[in-house]
Amino acid sequence: MTSPKTLFDKIWDSHVVRRDADGTCLLYIDRHMVHEVTSAQAFDGLRLAGRKARRPEATLVVADHNVPTTDRDKPIADDDSRIQVETLEKNAAEFGLPYFPLTDIRQGIVHIIGPEQGFTQPGMTIVCGDSHTATHGAFGALAFGVGTSEVEHVLATQTLIQKPAKNMRITVTGSPHPGVGAKDIILAIIGQIGTAGGTGHVIEYTGEAISALSMEGRMTVCNMSIEAGARAGLIAPDETTFAYILGRPMAPGADQWDAALAHWKTLPSDPGATYDSEITLSAADIEPLVTWGTSPEDVLPITGQVPDPAAAKDAAKRRSMERALEYMGLEPGTKLAGIPIRTAFIGSCTNGRIEDLREAAAIAKGRKVAPGIRALVVPGSGLVKKQAEDEGLDTVFTQAGFEWREPGCSMCLAMNPDKLAPGERAASTSNRNFEGRQGPGGRTHLMSPAMVAAAAIAGHIADVRDFD
Amino acid sequence: MEKFTTLTGIAAPLPMINVDTDKIIPAVWLKTIKRTGLGPALFEAIRYKADGSEDPDFVLNKEPYRKAEILVTGKNFGCGSSREHAVWALDGFGIRCVIAPDFADIFYTNAFKNGMLLVKLPQDDVDKLMEDAEKGGNARLSVDLERQVVIRPDGEEIAFDIDPFRKNCLLNGLDDIALTLQKKAEIADFESGQKKTTPWLYG
Ligand code: SF4
Repeated sequence: MTSPKTLFDKIWDSHVVRRDADGTCLLYIDRHMVHEVTSAQAFDGLRLAGRKARRPEATLVVADHNVPTTDRDKPIADDDSRIQVETLEKNAAEFGLPYFPLTDIRQGIVHIIGPEQGFTQPGMTIVCGDSHTATHGAFGALAFGVGTSEVEHVLATQTLIQKPAKNMRITVTGSPHPGVGAKDIILAIIGQIGTAGGTGHVIEYTGEAISALSMEGRMTVCNMSIEAGARAGLIAPDETTFAYILGRPMAPGADQWDAALAHWKTLPSDPGATYDSEITLSAADIEPLVTWGTSPEDVLPITGQVPDPAAAKDAAKRRSMERALEYMGLEPGTKLAGIPIRTAFIGSCTNGRIEDLREAAAIAKGRKVAPGIRALVVPGSGLVKKQAEDEGLDTVFTQAGFEWREPGCSMCLAMNPDKLAPGERAASTSNRNFEGRQGPGGRTHLMSPAMVAAAAIAGHIADVRDFD
Repeated sequence: MEKFTTLTGIAAPLPMINVDTDKIIPAVWLKTIKRTGLGPALFEAIRYKADGSEDPDFVLNKEPYRKAEILVTGKNFGCGSSREHAVWALDGFGIRCVIAPDFADIFYTNAFKNGMLLVKLPQDDVDKLMEDAEKGGNARLSVDLERQVVIRPDGEEIAFDIDPFRKNCLLNGLDDIALTLQKKAEIADFESGQKKTTPWLYG
């Protein structure tokens, strides 16, 4: 009998083309997504060496990072952004890769459209030149971000040279209280293990609180695995997963569905499989969370206060806290609830899916954004946007005073015109509160979609549990 | 790829932890379609003042660190985004080697793909090298990849570990796409096996 394997081990082992004596593997990559920011130099490399794309049909190309979220019928105004998107289009055409243009309803953030199209499936290896590729792990696919050199390597060879990661299991037991969702779960995990806690590991999330999540919620959790330092997150595929995939355009068709399903059911970790590290959290202990600093691990319950660097456990941490508070313009001891914001951003590959918009709309419904607050809702894809409009969510948002935008990464990284001004403070559903992430000098507080909606309405960071 | 064998040069101290790739190179610079020209934008937000002038307090704006080829820094360097531009920016400035207690995974891989050596050492050793780096121009560090040692100005050698495959690629400046393409037949075999076992992956 072979020894029990984890989900990660199973996917890894079934994709090894060749294993060298030192453990280095040539790993086969089933699917590859490409966007405009990390690919131009890779295509140049291919051209220089006279190389072709090995499996164009296993590739999906879309522009998302640079695209404006308004005036989409006009050419992109920013020259560099326009050139980058045009370069992507030319490269996709030259190398024969499937491409969703900006005018296509299927266009959107790469990590939203892959699952939406059924491109993402259990048991696959998936890469993209983007660290949030971890999102696709929600389907029980081994999905991780790579740099541009590896993008080129995958295009040319459909493989990567890799060593296996270690296995980490994070179990979230029980069920969360009302007002606490997937975003709070993953922020709680990052707060506990830190932004380097998962380095060198693939995290498998399990437990009742994880199984009970929708696919959207599972994607939110896996998405931020990278903020815990892990290259990938995984959730075992189950009936929720299969129901989500069934009937999607790129999913296995009726003739292949049963065979695919039978295979997918063999993927979950075997009983008795061992992990290099294990962590358990109780969902009932998690409160709605908010970041106060400039690293996603700088997170506290909404009922908390800005911490005091004097209490830091070592000098390096104290220095980094002092710097974070100076950057954020916050004083130790300030209550988090009540910190005034100027901007609210709902969107990104973390929280730009239909369920996120429903969650935010439930808070916004019949209320008004506080005076002077700029509030943006940026759906993750054209299809999310359409579904939200079919459900009337756009009207809920616009009546409340939110702006309803076209899909893209937008203020998550501020490569398009949506950005924070220096010193401007935002409540954001995105995934990184790094210095300058949402615009030079901008101050980001990460939280769930419901919490961002609550902050927009209150005009300051607020406890969503006060909004019944 | 450029080879990396030995390097002796000025080491700049950057005693910060969790330096993310947004800090190494802000997103606005990612609009380039080239690998070159990013050196002046390295650490932009902490290197320049709001008016665009250099911040004289930032280490890389001081002599002799303007010519630094080695960076000594804190844990979890390169965390966050997968942008290889972070490596290109360091390289564009002239930095060929970074020494830290640990690095984020994607950044680690990206560096080696560009002929840049990342040296992981225990915190105590990094602390010693940080002190050396703080001494400026009289305190050059040497890195010998073949022997896997960092040599302090006083001659003390600190050994480091490195994956043999990465070491070999760096020492010989190997293009790993060319290496992999030599295994084309094995890749094709894998694909035909996969077509039988999981045919839906092939449409
Ligand atoms: S939404 Fe943000 S994190 Fe996600 S892919 Fe776009 S820029 Fe990256």
